[in-house]
Amino acid sequence: MADPMKIRATLVGDATEIKVLMSHEMETGQRKDAQGAVIPAWFIQNVTVAHGGTTVLAAQWGPAVSKNPFLSFKFKGGAKGDKVTIVWTDNRGDKRTDEATIV
Amino acid sequence: MNRRRRQVLKSGSGMTLLALVAAAGWLKPGDASAQSWNKAAFDTKSMADTMKALGGGEPAQSKDIVFFQTPDIAENGAVVPVGIISNIPKTESIAVLIEKNPNMLAAVFDIPAGTEPSISTRVKMGQSSNIYALVKADGKYFVAAKDVKVTIGGCGG
Repeated sequence: MADPMKIRATLVGDATEIKVLMSHEMETGQRKDAQGAVIPAWFIQNVTVAHGGTTVLAAQWGPAVSKNPFLSFKFKGGAKGDKVTIVWTDNRGDKRTDEATIV
Repeated sequence: MNRRRRQVLKSGSGMTLLALVAAAGWLKPGDASAQSWNKAAFDTKSMADTMKALGGGEPAQSKDIVFFQTPDIAENGAVVPVGIISNIPKTESIAVLIEKNPNMLAAVFDIPAGTEPSISTRVKMGQSSNIYALVKADGKYFVAAKDVKVTIGGCGG
């Protein structure tokens, strides 16, 4: 299981700003190791951010997203104390779910 | 039929199953709730092919798509910040494409109503190239480009 995500959910005016830092290799499948063998691709494919049972952002990623991906966006309708749930799934089928409270 | 499904589940990883499902057209690409991954779109090498895989026509150039936090010169191609704001009403999704990467499409973000059409992330770039922001709004596609130079060696020149 991968390391937890670092999530910051802050209320700015009437919008909630989400900043996430995920821990993932995001291997492209283009690189070769010292022996010349191709390092297989290993990257996050789907990211879903939900607030109160509603999806506020759904992303599909390719291997061109940087290692230890960063993502930031804003949505309306959040309130202090609400929970925000973020889920990612990678191409090996690994999954990680983390939760943060809006401050 | 059922047995075949078992075999697929057993032999393939989740990804191949998803790809099969997506290829069969059971899941609409970009359907947020379905956790689909549009393999066809991520495998493409040109703008035209990407548009075909995403199911759109030729995108219109738009001045309402603005890049922010995106450098003119990136010292490290492995970590290039990209921020995109769409000022087009009814923005449904924002995609990031990098012209000279092995596969152009880097990421697609579906923007439900209530979420601001603005995202910021970091991408990898193999070499200096255009970054395209492709916005789908009200069923139509719009595009804006930004030229980013990648400095190899990282001396900031």
